[in-house]
Order: sequence, then structure tokens, then C-alpha cells
Amino acid sequence: MTFTVHDLISLSPVLLIGVGILATLIIEMLVKESEKILGWFTFVLLLSVAYLSLILLDHTALVFEDKFLTGGRVNIFFFLFSFGAAVVSLLSMEYIKKAGIHFGEYYIMLLSSVLGMMLISGATDFIMIFIGLEQMSVCFYVLAGFNRRNERSLEAALKYFLLGSFATGFLVFGLGLIYGAVGSLSITEIVIGYETLKTSPLFLTGTLLFIIGFSFKIAAVPFHMWVPDVYQGAPTSVTALMSTTGKAAAFSALIIIFSPIIQAAYPSFFTPVISVLAVLSMLYGSIVAISQNDLKRMLAYSSIAHAGYMLIGLAAWNEKGVSGVIFYLVAYTFMNLAAFGLISLIEKRDLRGTEFSDYKGLGFKQPVLAGLMALTMFALSGIPPFAGFFGKYYVFLSAIEAGMTWLAIVGVISSVISVYFYLRLIVVMYFDNSDEIVMVTPSTSAMLGIMISVLLIIIMGVAPGSIINLINSTF
Amino acid sequence: MIDLIYLTVLLPLIGFAINGLLGPKIKNEKVIGVIGSGAVGISFLISLGIFFELLGKPAAERHFIVNLFQWIKVDYLNIPIGYQVDPLSILMALVVTGVGFVIHVYSIGYMHGDKGFWRFFAYLNLFIFAMMNLILADNFVLLFLGWEGVGLCSYLLIGFWYDRKFENSTTADAAKKAFVVNRIGDFGFLIGMFIIYLTFNSLRFEEVFAQVKLGGIPESTFNMIALFLFIGATGKSAQIPLYVWLPDAMAGPTPVSALIHAATMVTAGVYMVARTSVIYASAPTIMMVVAVVGLLTAIFAASIGLVQNDIKKVLAYSTVSQLGYMFLAMGVGAFTAGIFHVMTHAFFKALLFLAAGSVIHGMHEEQNIQKYGGLKKYMPVTYLTFLTGAIAISGIPPFSGFFSKDEILWYSYANAGFAFWLVGAITAMLTAFYMFRLYSLTFEGEGRFDHHHVHPHESPKVMTVPLIVLAILSVIGGFIGIPEIFSGSGGNQIKNWLDPVFKPANSLLAKHGAHSHFEEILLMAVSVAAAAGAIYFARFVYLKRKDIAESASLKFPGLYRLLFNKYLIDEAYDKAIISPIVKVSDGFLWKFTDVKIIDGLVNKTASLIESFASQIRKMQTGVAQFYAVIMVLGIVIAFFWIMASL
Amino acid sequence: MLVEYIPLFLVIAFAIVFAFGTVFSSKIFGPQRPNPEKLSTYESGVQPVGTTHERMSVKYYLVAMLFIIFDLEVIFVYPWAVQFKKLYLDPSVGTTAFYAMLIFLVVFEIGYLYVYKKGGFKWD
Repeated sequence: MTFTVHDLISLSPVLLIGVGILATLIIEMLVKESEKILGWFTFVLLLSVAYLSLILLDHTALVFEDKFLTGGRVNIFFFLFSFGAAVVSLLSMEYIKKAGIHFGEYYIMLLSSVLGMMLISGATDFIMIFIGLEQMSVCFYVLAGFNRRNERSLEAALKYFLLGSFATGFLVFGLGLIYGAVGSLSITEIVIGYETLKTSPLFLTGTLLFIIGFSFKIAAVPFHMWVPDVYQGAPTSVTALMSTTGKAAAFSALIIIFSPIIQAAYPSFFTPVISVLAVLSMLYGSIVAISQNDLKRMLAYSSIAHAGYMLIGLAAWNEKGVSGVIFYLVAYTFMNLAAFGLISLIEKRDLRGTEFSDYKGLGFKQPVLAGLMALTMFALSGIPPFAGFFGKYYVFLSAIEAGMTWLAIVGVISSVISVYFYLRLIVVMYFDNSDEIVMVTPSTSAMLGIMISVLLIIIMGVAPGSIINLINSTF
Repeated sequence: MIDLIYLTVLLPLIGFAINGLLGPKIKNEKVIGVIGSGAVGISFLISLGIFFELLGKPAAERHFIVNLFQWIKVDYLNIPIGYQVDPLSILMALVVTGVGFVIHVYSIGYMHGDKGFWRFFAYLNLFIFAMMNLILADNFVLLFLGWEGVGLCSYLLIGFWYDRKFENSTTADAAKKAFVVNRIGDFGFLIGMFIIYLTFNSLRFEEVFAQVKLGGIPESTFNMIALFLFIGATGKSAQIPLYVWLPDAMAGPTPVSALIHAATMVTAGVYMVARTSVIYASAPTIMMVVAVVGLLTAIFAASIGLVQNDIKKVLAYSTVSQLGYMFLAMGVGAFTAGIFHVMTHAFFKALLFLAAGSVIHGMHEEQNIQKYGGLKKYMPVTYLTFLTGAIAISGIPPFSGFFSKDEILWYSYANAGFAFWLVGAITAMLTAFYMFRLYSLTFEGEGRFDHHHVHPHESPKVMTVPLIVLAILSVIGGFIGIPEIFSGSGGNQIKNWLDPVFKPANSLLAKHGAHSHFEEILLMAVSVAAAAGAIYFARFVYLKRKDIAESASLKFPGLYRLLFNKYLIDEAYDKAIISPIVKVSDGFLWKFTDVKIIDGLVNKTASLIESFASQIRKMQTGVAQFYAVIMVLGIVIAFFWIMASL
Repeated sequence: MLVEYIPLFLVIAFAIVFAFGTVFSSKIFGPQRPNPEKLSTYESGVQPVGTTHERMSVKYYLVAMLFIIFDLEVIFVYPWAVQFKKLYLDPSVGTTAFYAMLIFLVVFEIGYLYVYKKGGFKWD
């Protein structure tokens, strides 16, 4: 196993972030009050990783004994993770100060989780996926409980850890079965032997368990139960990270394992299962979100519904579907980042103030924040010309092309239902009023993060074609 | 230079952005006025430069397409933002930016002190932007964008003084009327576009026209396309039956009436027919329809103009009538003559409107000509320029109106027959009559206004200079189109200029037999004599023997009232179309369908889902063990399902 | 296919039967004469003092955890050391084998230093 220069260049986003993590560790132990510089350090580091991923878009390389792939679609994911996390680091700076958890370790954990995501998205081997997943998840467990003086945060971390390990157990079991059936965990081996494997119960059961393990991570019904509690309990900036890039990483794993397998044989054996997961997630998420009073919880359910929409693209499984899912992930990432960023601004010192009633009359008290929030809600509910609309559009289109119009119809119905709770926030902000004073002093960094997200939402809504073309060009 | 064509579109947009966004902050009227006029003025200079560059090229090479960027791309539908530079579009661009610039300058004086000064200039610039898109577009969709854009600006500017009364209602109502009537026409235009796309799989002029020339498409298809496009044109260019909005559009400030509702926007329909002349030439039946509608509109509107008392109303009906001429020209295949008339009409009608504005300005917002009289000694410049315009529109040689109108009349005789010429000539006579009725009542005779309260005065320089410029253009503008019988073969400059554009259409049209020069000169003489006679008669009646006019109106009270009330067309539309629609909308669609069925259904569904949601949210107990149980259940079900389907 | 697994199922079934069988058979067959002496925790040993739920200092867990982490990681070095010569002579690997372990140890060492600097090994 030797590295060529080309390999090293192709790997540079991953290497850079690895070196960056070590650097943050060193800074953290050597510099007093390191947390003050670590935030911007993390931001700049992630931004440069994002930049590197983009310019290396056509540097395809297979490294680490053919266990890791870079370039093309993988780099799109690299970009999404690092850029999303960069925005999260912007949103975090003031928030963690406010929440009293201003420690340098926060950023170390954040960077480590991003490295884990990158390992998932570039893997060509199940073991690599598993290592990446664990690295990401462990960081998330820690981050979810980062606010250790807050009961809810601890509860969230514990629940997430318990159920997450439970799901990982199934996933590893699935890997075991796959290994038993194939004799290897390399995806290329699976593709070679797919003709015989596709009738093997061992292999199919293994794959099913693998899918279920990741369904847990993407929060698809019925493996979603942890989501509302964890999203609500975890610090808001952490929720922003988990619900966006974390979900994207899990989707990238699903795309990786399906991509070669389904290329070999279509229709997929798992299409019915994924369709059912999609339908359940969309409807359950949208319907239950209606009766929530807490904004973070509402967004948690909405994220379940969004996972359902994206699963449509996987169920359809054609090129449009996959690129639609990637587009959707990017759109969803920045919509949610904007939403959670705004919530973290409005949240009070004691971490209360995320209920709908706290937003009464915000449109008059904080016109800028309320305006951005309204825009984000419109985008989330899929109203053109924002990113959310085109995400849904591409995904539904792929379902129709795959002959699963019914799935698209369910999606549309669910979208209609979801409009209710998104617009409810706007109604509360602009049509209700209360005498309570909302004191918010938006920090520059957080506003910068929110503005970047909102700008991307608008750009993706106005010029979706160029972005979908970019994604398509990586196939 | 030709690549800079986009600047002529962009500059007004920038002007609009600056004045629209920063206008309330700038406050200084001079700055706003200079920005607004400057944007259009530079556009004019660029158009002029491009014009001379085209002039330097051989006739066959005067066609360029400047592609800016891809706009819409869905499957086969490929719409670029691209501008077409050819003799027709650059001529129109010159007229729009040139006349537009003059009117912008005039507005600085006219709108002085208005609280919406910045808004006015922002709208005007937006209008120029949309109009330039319309005439420079190289495809139907971009043309339609401009088409709708000018409609929007027209709406905004008619209702500019939204808080003022206008006749029996408000200016906002007049604006709404213009908008709705235009929408009806736009609907036709859209359908025409759909059929074009269906037939030719493209909406770009070049591709569509190339396929038309190839042939192989049945005439019925062309008839449909041409008819629907013409419906669009009748809306925008105020032809029967959709002309009713234009007289009401006079609710806007007078410069708007001059720019939008006389010189430029209303000729968009004519321009569109000229642009698609190949399609019309392939649909002779519809050409005849166009000619007849144009002719009827011309005489119909002219007859209403005879008895109106509002100075702007008379001019408005005159505009409708002149637009009828232009469509007559299009219908009989005299495309060049039609565009020629568009140009000369832009000069003298803008002049007449601006002069009328000057009069209204000097008479403290009084618009009734019965309350004018003898103004020529108070406002000499306005008087002289108005007189120039009136002579020009009446078709007295060598003023510009003579050349273009005579060209149209000659072609309607040569291509369509004597009856068309006769009606056209009578219309010309009526035109001369009402114009000089207007002129005499306004400027000559005794003052009929209240001398104690009203002190007529000449307008400031910023208003009179534009008048003079337009007056000069009205006089000499016709010389570029001197008929070939006077100037020799190939001496008609505008014809030579526009020939490459209309060549394909002309080659499709059947040639008529040759006519002698004697016929042409005879007809010309007759129509000029008729116009001159009408002028003399009008002066005689309204200056010396006012009793004739009064006794005539007493003698034929029915006819007079019919004309005065504009044939009661507005009332008929109201009874036959508007009130039934309002009734159905109110009683059935709103109070029953909307409230009972749609709202009821929506509310029921919503409350059902909400109660459902509040039930299943109870599943979220908060107990982690229970969550695990749900997960396991899901896994077990999936597992058995997979096993069963093996 | 499933036939191959019959022995496995048999083992599972046997395990279940044996486990439950032994527990319940002693209940059924054995004589039951309880007295306080018999029921005490250590029938012939020391008397128990206090509850079994003893509170341990959290520092203990910290040290234990750190020990396990570093212990496990250092195990990587053993197979590497055993195979090093072979790897080094292999032309497709060569010195890479050495540098790979070096990088691993550097990362490892930074982690160790971090724990040390942060006071992870301090007992009080």
C-alpha cells in the first residue's frame, strides 16, 4: 500500500481535517482560554476543507487498500458536511457561551464528527462505513449531553446513546450476516457476486438489518422514536448539526451501498420496504408535528417527514432520484441550519423560550429575525422559489419516472399537511401579540451563519438547474 | 456597438432601480429627473449609434442576434434572453427611446411638486425597460415579458394619482379596467403562443419563421395562430372590441398619456403583427379580418371624437382611430406603411398630448374645451406646436402625417378595393374636422373661462422645448417616406430600410395588378382636398357660426347623444358581461362554493387531522425502553416481510 | 438452505431446556426447609455491612476508562511488530509500514498528552 501524490491530493480534505483535529487538541491543551480562538479556527478549517472538496471534484482516487473513494459525488458530500459544519460553528460561538458550555472540546467533537461523516460517505467497504458511523455517533452522543448541568440534555444523551447502540447492534449483526453470505465486506465483491446473492436469505437479511441501522440514523418511522426527545433536549446548535449533516451522512451510506447493487439489478428487492418507510415517515412526521407546542420538537417531527421525502428518491432509485436526494439533502441542510440558528438566537439563557407562545408578535419586535424565520418556514414547507420546493420537485419527479406515482401523491399530501404547522409559526409571529419583551442581540457570527444559509436557500430556489447539473455531472 | 444593445434595456432598469429604491431618500427633483431622463437619453444615443452602424452595412446583413444568457430550458423549450437587432427593431427602439427621452424631460416640468415625483420617474423607466424588451426580443416569450411589463406599467401609471376622482369613479378603477381588458387580450396572445409552440416546437422568431417559409403547414393552423395573436393585439392596441380601456386611461398624468397611451405602448400590437408578418401573410383570411377591424375602429372612434368635450378624451379617441389606420395597413399588406405611420403618429400624437398637457397645466387642471378659448395669445409656443400637430394628423402635405396616411390609403385602394379607400378617406376627413374643432375651441375665438380666477400662462422651458423638438419631427418626419411617384423608383427611404424585414411576407402575398400614377395622384388630391375642406368647415362652424353646431345637435338629438355617450358601448359591456360575472362570482362562487364547499372541506379535514395528531402523539411517552420495543417491532415486521417475499 | 441451520436450532433448544429445566427441577424435586441462617448472604462467612450499592468515586471510572482506551490502542502495536519484518521486505509496502505506525503513535501521543495536560490522571 503506497500513496501517490495524486492520492494524497485527492485525500487532502480528509487529511486536512484530521490534522486540524490534532491541532485543535494541541491548542486546547496549550493555550489558555482556547475556546475563544477555537471557534474561528474551526470555522476557517472547515471552510478550507469545503473549498478543497469543491476544487478536487474531479480528482477520483481509490485509496486505503481500495476501501476509500474520493472525488465526484463523495466530494459533494464532503462539501456538504464541512460547509454545513462551518455554518454550525458560526451558530455555536455565541450560543454555547449563552448556554454556559463554552469549552474548547465542543469544537473538537464537532470536527471529529465531521471526519466520521466523511469516512462514511467515501467508504467502499462496510467496515469503513461502520468505523465512520461510530466515530460520528460517539461524537454526537457526547455533544447531545454537552450541557451536563441540564437534565434534558443529559436525558437526550442517554436516550440517544442507548437507542443508538441498540440500532448499531442490529447494524453490526447485519454486517455479520453479509460477511457470512459474501465472505467479504467489500462492496465490489458484493457486486461481483450479486446474481447469486440476490436470492440468498442471509445476504438479504443482512442488508435489511443494515438498512434498518441507518433508518435509525436518518430517523425514519418506526425507528424515529429517539428523535423528538434528543432534538429537543440537546443544545440547539448540536441539534442543528445532528439533524442536517448527520442525516446527510447516513443517507450517503445508503446511497453508497445501494448504488452498485441496484445498478446490477433493478427493480430493487428493497423498494417496497423503503417505500413503506417513506410513507410512514412522511405522514407520521407531518401529522404529529401539527400538535407540537415546542418549536424544536416540531422541527424534529418535520425532520422525520423530510427523511420520508428523501426516502422517496431512494425508493425510486434512478439517476434523477439519487441526484434529487442529494439536492434535497443540501437544501434541507441549509433550511434547517437557518431555522435552528434562529431558534438558538431567540432561546433564553435558561434554554427556555422555544415554545410557539414565545414567538408571539416577534414580527413586530424583531422584524429581521422574524422575516428570516418566515422565509425559512416557507422554504421548509416547499413553497417556491426557495430550495425546499425544488428538492421535493426532483424527488417526486423521480418517483413518477420510476412508475411510483402513488408515492409522489402521498408526498404531496404530506407536504400539504406540513404547510399547516410551518405557517402556524408565521401566524404566531405576525398575527398574535404579547407584551413580553424579547431581548435578542444577534451576534455577528450567528447572523453571518444564518445569512449564508438563507442566501443558499434562495440561490438554490432561483437557480436549481445549475446545482442539479453539478450533482448530475458527478455520476 | 451592436453588442451594446443590452445597455439600452439595462440602463432604464438601472434608472428604475435607483429611483424606485432610493427615490424617497434622494428627494431632490432635479437629481431624480436627470437620472430618469439620462438613462433613457443614453439608451437613445446607443440606439442611434447602432442605427448608423446598421446603415453602414449592406441591406442583407442588417440582422444580428445578441444572446445574453439562457433563461428557461425545459426539454425542447429553450428560451434565451436574446435581443434581435434588425431594421424594424432598431427603428422602433429609436422611436421609443427618442420620444421617451423627450417626454421624460417634459415630465420634469409637468410633474414638478408632485409628491410621487420619484415614483413617476421610476415607473416611466420601468416602462421603457419593458418596452425595449418587447421590441428587441428575439423570441415570443421575451416579447410577452415586455408585453406584460408594459401592461403593468400602464396600470401603475393610469392609477398614479390613486387618490383622485376620475369621471364617475376613481383613477384606480380606470387602471383596473385597463388591466382587465388587457388581460383578455393577453389570454388570446398566450393561446397563440401555445399553438405556435405546438406547431413549430420553438418560440424563437428565427426558427419559427424559417419553418413558416418552408411551408407544409395547413392554412387553418396559421389562421388560428394569427387570429389569437390578433386578439392580443386588439387588447394592447385598443381595437374593437377591446378598445374601451384607452379613453379611461386618460386618468393618468398627461405625459403618460403621451408616451404610453399614444406614442409607444399602444403600437405594440401593430409592431407584433409586423414582426410576425410572415405568419399573417400565410393567413390571408385573418389579414382581411385585421383590415376590417382596423377600418371599423378608425371610423368608429373618429365619429365619437367629433363631439367629446374633454381635450384628452378627443385625443384618446383620435389615437384609437389612428391605431385603426395602422391595422388597416397591416391587414392590406402594407407593413412598411403601417410602421411608417407608427413612427409619424408617435411624433405628432406625443406632440398633441404634450401640448394638451401644457394647456391643462396653464389652465389649472381644467380639461373641458368648452371652457377654453383664445389661448393663443397666452401660450404662443403651445399654440404653434399644437397647430403643427393638428395639421400633421389631418394629413396636409408636406407634414409627416400626410405621407404615412396617404401611403396607407393608397395601399388599401390598391390591395383591398375602393370601399376601403373610401371609408379611410372619410375617416381622414372626420379626423381633420375634430382636430380643428379642438384647435379652434382651444386657441381661437374669445376666452370662455373665468378671467378673474384663471390666468392662463405659458409653460416653463423644460416643457416647451420638448414641444418644439416634437413639432420639428412632426413636420420633417415624413420626408423619409416620400412616395415613389414623387421621389422616383427606390426613393422611398423607409421602404428600402424595412424591406429586408418584410420581404418574406411580401413574397407570400399575391401581387395585385399595376395601377397608373394618375389614379394615385387623383386619390391623393381627393383626400387632401377633403381634409382641407374639413379644416375650413370646422373653423367656420366653431369660430363664426356656432349656431350651426348647436342646431345640428338639436336637430339630431338621438345621433348626438349616441355619439356623446360613445355608442353606449361601456354600458352595454357592463350590462352584458361585467354584472353577470360579478353576480355569479359573488352569489355562487364566493358565498356558496368558496365558503361552504372549499372552506368547509378544508376546515373539516384540518380538524380531523389535528385530532388524529393529538391522539398519536401520546405514543411518544418518553420511556426509552418503549422506544426500543417499537424499533424491534419494526424490525420484526420488516424481517418477516422480507422472508415472506423471498 | 435453512436445513444447514438445524443443528444450531437444536443447540439453542437444548440450552433453553437445560437452563429452565435445572432451575425448576431443583424447585420441584428438592426439599425446602428454609431458616434465617440459610437465607443469609454468606451462610458461614462474614456478616454483611451496609448495602451492596456502594458509591465509587467518579475518578475511578475516569482512570479505568483511560486505561482501557490506551490499553486497547497499544495492542495494535503487537501484530504490527510481529509482521514488521515481512512488511518491510515486501516491495509494495516498504517503509510505509514504519511511517504508518509512526503517525499512529504521534496521534496516540497527542491524545495522551491532552489527557495529561487536562489533569485526567490526577486523583485529587
